[in-house]
Amino acid sequence: MERPPTDKPIVTVDNLTMAYGDFVIQRDLNFTINRGDIFIIMGGSGCGKSTLLRHLIGLKQPAKGEVYYDRQSLWQAGGPERERILRRIGVLFQSGALMSSMTLAENIALPLGEFTDLGPAQIRAIISYKLALVGLAGFEDYYPSEISGGMQKRAGLARAMAMDPEILFFDEPSAGLDPVSAKLLDDLILNLRDSLGATVVLVTHELASIFAIGNNAVFLDPETKTMIASGAPRRLLEDSGDPKVVRFLTRGEPDQRVENPQRI
Amino acid sequence: MSNPTHYCAFSLLRRSDAERELALTGDWVVGSEIPSPDVVLGQMGEKSAVDRLVVSARDLGRWDTLLMTFLIDIIDHCRERGIEVDSSGLPEGARGLLTLVYAVPERADARRPAQRSAWLAQVGKAALRAWGDGKVFLAFLGEVMLAFGALFRGRARFRQLDLWLNIQDSGPSALAIVTVISLLVGLILAFVGAVQLALFGAQIYIADLVGLGMLREMGALMTGIIMSGRTGAAFAAQLGTMNVNSEIDALRVMGLAPMEFLVLPRMLALILIMPLLCLYADLMGIVGGGLVTVSFFDVSVVQYLDRTKDAIQLTDFLVGVTKCAVFGVLIAIAGCLRGIQCGRSAAAVGDAATSAVVTSIVYIVVADSVMTLICNQLGI
Repeated sequence: MERPPTDKPIVTVDNLTMAYGDFVIQRDLNFTINRGDIFIIMGGSGCGKSTLLRHLIGLKQPAKGEVYYDRQSLWQAGGPERERILRRIGVLFQSGALMSSMTLAENIALPLGEFTDLGPAQIRAIISYKLALVGLAGFEDYYPSEISGGMQKRAGLARAMAMDPEILFFDEPSAGLDPVSAKLLDDLILNLRDSLGATVVLVTHELASIFAIGNNAVFLDPETKTMIASGAPRRLLEDSGDPKVVRFLTRGEPDQRVENPQRI
Repeated sequence: MSNPTHYCAFSLLRRSDAERELALTGDWVVGSEIPSPDVVLGQMGEKSAVDRLVVSARDLGRWDTLLMTFLIDIIDHCRERGIEVDSSGLPEGARGLLTLVYAVPERADARRPAQRSAWLAQVGKAALRAWGDGKVFLAFLGEVMLAFGALFRGRARFRQLDLWLNIQDSGPSALAIVTVISLLVGLILAFVGAVQLALFGAQIYIADLVGLGMLREMGALMTGIIMSGRTGAAFAAQLGTMNVNSEIDALRVMGLAPMEFLVLPRMLALILIMPLLCLYADLMGIVGGGLVTVSFFDVSVVQYLDRTKDAIQLTDFLVGVTKCAVFGVLIAIAGCLRGIQCGRSAAAVGDAATSAVVTSIVYIVVADSVMTLICNQLGI
């Protein structure tokens, strides 16, 4: 399932320092996300994974450093250019973040109605298609509060994919899901990557997901406040000399290193 | 717990000069009168040669958290005095819990010291906070202006449906409460004035009092206060919850500015609807005043209406309606500002709603005073 990095950078993080006021969360981050990657941002709780995601999707300004999409800096870009960059990405927030006052159909129609000239019939067709992709066909007229958490997450994914983004960002997609639903979501992500040719960036600490779908990763350490490893998760497990990384990837039991990590 | 349902006790036995045994008996559970750890420590003596305390529990019955807190207190004190505590006589469960409690030492910086700063420092902090709030307010106002700029250039992005929903929510749905309040305010105005005017046989001028009072002042003011409680709080709570739920982040990432998408339709709805509500409140106030005048003070309906028509001018209408439109802007600003600023917790949403109402009522009263002064100076 894993494929080697394509060496075609799509997102480049250059010397990024993240801080809230004077409080530095992570510093000197340098890594590249390649086209077609399933890129994992991992690390222990509170290390700044979600904050890093917020920097990548333009919600929080870096204290220092740059985030480049291809060769264009996200934070230097002016209004229209920035909008064009943001149009290339879709984000699934941890809770789904669907507009609670709108039905699923209205939620998905939101970007379509604002940024395209499609007619109502076309939009409706797109909505049905996207909902069907995430296994929610027929749920157009439900409100987010009427469906389960897992379904909300999938509906959020349908909305994130509404504009056919090149890069999909996921913030802890399997948090709060039962193991079976989490596995289904992983499969869905893989499937979407392969059939849409999208690039996927995942914030997660689910070992099962990390090994099952990730082919590139960065490991953030809360103590040294910087990244201490990067590369394919399975290679990190085998080659990384850093005990923190190995502890993380083996649930704190490095001696019982699993022969075939896919079955964790 | 004057009447303990369970019996528990301890005894401190002397094994040698340097060793004591703490024997626990009975049920150490909620409902029993747990002795204070200080008694045990007191019995061991302040500066004794004791350096070892053995806890035994041969006759210990049931136990729960109260036994643990008792033991932890004793162990902590003993450690301070350099006394070794041997807890191997405790039941296995209790030993396990003690191991857990002492497995991770308390983090040096985890406990927050009670902060008490000098009053001068507090004044300084308050001033800095006010300065910060002021800057945030100005920034918000600037963004609102930019959003309106985009609106006039026809480039603002929001759903028209949202505008209509907000209009419905702040207009027709508010009619009932506006009716009740305005009718009663008209009624009160009429009563208060009538008692005085009747002394001079001038009941007919109640119409002037009620008409002018409602149109110039009370109609707008009452509408403003009703709407700040009803709609301002709702705006803050809606936007606050959207913030908690990452919905606002999601909008930003989709390239939709929250200022245009969320704030603009709410603000527009209030600016459009408040003057209309004000007109309606004026009418209801006049009706309320009429009810009192006609039923109690010997004035006919025609006389009342006729007098009202003579007493009030178009300018009086316009003054009230303009005030109310301004109030609409202020309520929308206060509600949306507090909502957008809201923190990411349930408590923060409550705070945002409260603060939206307080802020908008303060804005309304201050703005009303200023506008009344201006009208007075201009002779309007």
